[in-house]
Amino acid sequence: MLDNQSIKDILFAQNDTLEFSEENSAFLNVWVAPEELHSLGLFLRDDPRLRFDYLFCMTGVDWPTEDTLEIVCHLRSIPLGHQMVLRCKTGSRDNPELDTLSDIWPTTHMHEREIYDLFGIRFKGHTNLKRLFLDPSWDGHPLKKDYVDEVNLIVK
Amino acid sequence: MRTGTLFDPIEQDLHTDEYKINMGPQHPATHGVLRLILTIDGEVIKNVEPDLGYIHRSIEKICERDNYRQIVHLTDRMDYLSSHINNEAVCLLIENALEIEVSDRVKVIRTILDELTRISSHLLWWGVMGMDVGALTTFMYGFREREMINDIFENTCGARLTMNYNVPGGLMWDIYSGFVRDTKAFLKHFKPKLKEYNDLLTDNIIFRKRTEGIGVLSKESAIAYGVTGPTMRGSGVSCDIRKLFPYSAYDRVEFEEIFMQGGDTFDRYLVRMKEMEQSIHIIEQLIDNIPEGETLEKTRAVIKLPKGEFYQRVETARGELGVYVISDGKKSPYRMKFRSPGFSNLSVINEIAVGHKIGDFVAIISTLDLVIPDIDR
Repeated sequence: MLDNQSIKDILFAQNDTLEFSEENSAFLNVWVAPEELHSLGLFLRDDPRLRFDYLFCMTGVDWPTEDTLEIVCHLRSIPLGHQMVLRCKTGSRDNPELDTLSDIWPTTHMHEREIYDLFGIRFKGHTNLKRLFLDPSWDGHPLKKDYVDEVNLIVK
Repeated sequence: MRTGTLFDPIEQDLHTDEYKINMGPQHPATHGVLRLILTIDGEVIKNVEPDLGYIHRSIEKICERDNYRQIVHLTDRMDYLSSHINNEAVCLLIENALEIEVSDRVKVIRTILDELTRISSHLLWWGVMGMDVGALTTFMYGFREREMINDIFENTCGARLTMNYNVPGGLMWDIYSGFVRDTKAFLKHFKPKLKEYNDLLTDNIIFRKRTEGIGVLSKESAIAYGVTGPTMRGSGVSCDIRKLFPYSAYDRVEFEEIFMQGGDTFDRYLVRMKEMEQSIHIIEQLIDNIPEGETLEKTRAVIKLPKGEFYQRVETARGELGVYVISDGKKSPYRMKFRSPGFSNLSVINEIAVGHKIGDFVAIISTLDLVIPDIDR
């Protein structure tokens, strides 16, 4: 089991454009650029020192003030026991697109469909990217902050 | 022109086609409004595609509007069979974020009720599992014992299913005077019943043939698909949050994490049966030693979490429930995500069902122990 500093050192040696933060969070947060998301994912899973094989929580976050959407992936290593959070911000909020992680961690297959449904982030390379919960004809993505639905959503 | 006789291999020129059938959303074996689109060839399953959202209420969006006290009440509408544990997850998150230390009394009572909830949930699963493979008696037996637990819940907090007994800072009120007596009476009644269950179903040759070697989930797939709870432990992977990241009073009780190695339907079944024994064992250690103390710490009327991110996990009857909150310091969370155990467990269904017959598929979904509102949220 590695501590946060060791994970940081290994990742920094691999890619020096990563951003790290442990502030106000239970885990080590690592931000990666969208174009390096997939390769870093592979490295996290396959590196014998890290072995992050268990992705237990994946979600999206909307940041309208920064004009970006973000994905947040909580990772744990079952054999080694350490944890971290992999995060990636999309380039634009109106046309968000990221590489899929479903070939690295198959569990994200459904998580990515959920994120597409509720945040509108498209995942390149996903084999079955369609809405998960809502009807295919649904307009908009409800978990975005500026989503308006006068019928179904009661705003206080 | 062909003249067909009884033994003429006339079918050799014919071929079979794959076709699609609907299982659900009103199918009795899907236990709720889950629709599965099966691609089958004859009776053999080629592909399973879950169609979700029939009971999607966007609880996460509602959370961004409501305050933290209200959010606790939403969580027992997700996995309604683990309502007490779901409430506890949010309460623990708030208590950790605000650095409130609840008394030992609260921790012990919460843990006892957690385990009663787990037994009650497993009993319902056991009854329904038997029913799915054609043994109707188990349903009656399971519900008979479950009724006693529900009575304890009702006397404790007024509700039999959606409890809401946990509030941020402790418990809504103290336990009633006969709580210890009733719980002990239940344990005394329930212990011999487990043997009866095993005689009735576990050792039944028809049941064994229906479950052994069916729906094998390998260790690697279980990890890759993020499977959790008894489903994961049936494949031999340690993932019990009560052991790995203890909360409430789990660090002061002694119990065993149950593993099986085969990963088939029968192993998943056995994990849950043995977990009930462990739950009894946990309650027995605590029920005579409930410490004195406050049941509710003082909290502000309107709870505001500090800025930052929080993650709290608990072990529900189905596995790891994670609550992830991004707080901007206001009375409602900026973003709240529930990582529900059923969601990940469902995602592996295609992996383990392909190649099996429809009849076996029913047994497979049964041991995944899905609760649909937990998946749809």
